[in-house]
Amino acid sequence: MYDAGKIVAGVAIFLIMVTFPIWYVTATGQSSYVPQLEIDPGEEQCVEATDYMKKNHMILLDDWKTMVVRDGISTYAASDGKTYNISLSGTCLSSCHPNKLEFCDSCHTYVGTSPPCWSCHTWSINESQ
Amino acid sequence: MKVNRRGFLKITGLVVAGIAIPPVFKSFARTEASTSLTTQSQSGTNLAMVIRLGICPDGCTDCIDACNKVHNIPDIDNTNHEIKWIWTEHYENVFPEQQSKYIDHSLVELPALVLCNHCDNPPCTQVCPVKATWKREDGIVMMDYHRCIGCRFCMAACPYGSRSFNWGDPRPFVKEPVDPNYPTRTKGVVEKCNFCEERLRDGLIPACVEACSYGALFFGNLEDKDSEVRKLVSTNYTIRRHSNQGTHPKVYYLI
Repeated sequence: MYDAGKIVAGVAIFLIMVTFPIWYVTATGQSSYVPQLEIDPGEEQCVEATDYMKKNHMILLDDWKTMVVRDGISTYAASDGKTYNISLSGTCLSSCHPNKLEFCDSCHTYVGTSPPCWSCHTWSINESQ
Repeated sequence: MKVNRRGFLKITGLVVAGIAIPPVFKSFARTEASTSLTTQSQSGTNLAMVIRLGICPDGCTDCIDACNKVHNIPDIDNTNHEIKWIWTEHYENVFPEQQSKYIDHSLVELPALVLCNHCDNPPCTQVCPVKATWKREDGIVMMDYHRCIGCRFCMAACPYGSRSFNWGDPRPFVKEPVDPNYPTRTKGVVEKCNFCEERLRDGLIPACVEACSYGALFFGNLEDKDSEVRKLVSTNYTIRRHSNQGTHPKVYYLI
């Protein structure tokens, strides 16, 4: 190989730069940006435990969708015994997370996902779009 | 008969293929077409509507407005794109079989309310390739907007034109304020009257029936002998749209 030294050095530098975000987070223990969620101070947890909701809210909402549309079940009994009316706009967004932009979107934008929920489900009574 | 090695393998192969192919074929060709066209409800509930013809005052749109409001139905001027759940048509178009040249002009143009008939034998549900529309146990022909792929087979199958397709995003055409209790729809899905199933869950009656102050609309369970709709249907002459087509519509017109 001609210019092996230069090529190997170049590839090494390239790899280090490409993987820099991973090294940086490993070294400092946190990324430069962490989404800050606006959480209603009045509620300890929403529907299920916070950890569960962080990881599985999309599964829960998908189950809700099936329950209410396909099976006609309109209330959900959480594991702590509390019952909730199954409604994204009516329960989640109207009581605990009225500000979609600062709650839902702050994480969804961060992870680069755009769930299609909002093309139908409204998130504010005065929403214009 | 002498069977050589090659012949034996051929026969074995054919036998294995003969055993293996039918189940594979069956599993791919399986359809869930309804096996019985029974009109009897299994759950003891069969929701229906009775509409009294000729009682609506001129220009009254209370029921239509109420429906449009609770379901966030967009108001689109273009008739090719409009969305309709409940609306009026001239009598002659609603009941083309009931025509006679001697019927008075005023009767021919009598506005008749039309909506999804929530048929007992709905053709729309049978053609839906994704089960986005199906008949519930209580007789409501339901739509799952999440699941609809917008193929419009159901619209082609419905003999009543009760279904509307969202050619574009309906949200800009929904009158403010948008009711957060019912989702708007999105581009590329079919929608229609749902007998206010979301209100029924809360113990309310359909919005159109509630809004009518002239006694033109009745709603209830046909299986319940004491219900108003059952009494009206069993003791009066009623007509149904295209009843010869075997769809068994559940919107009855009192004449």
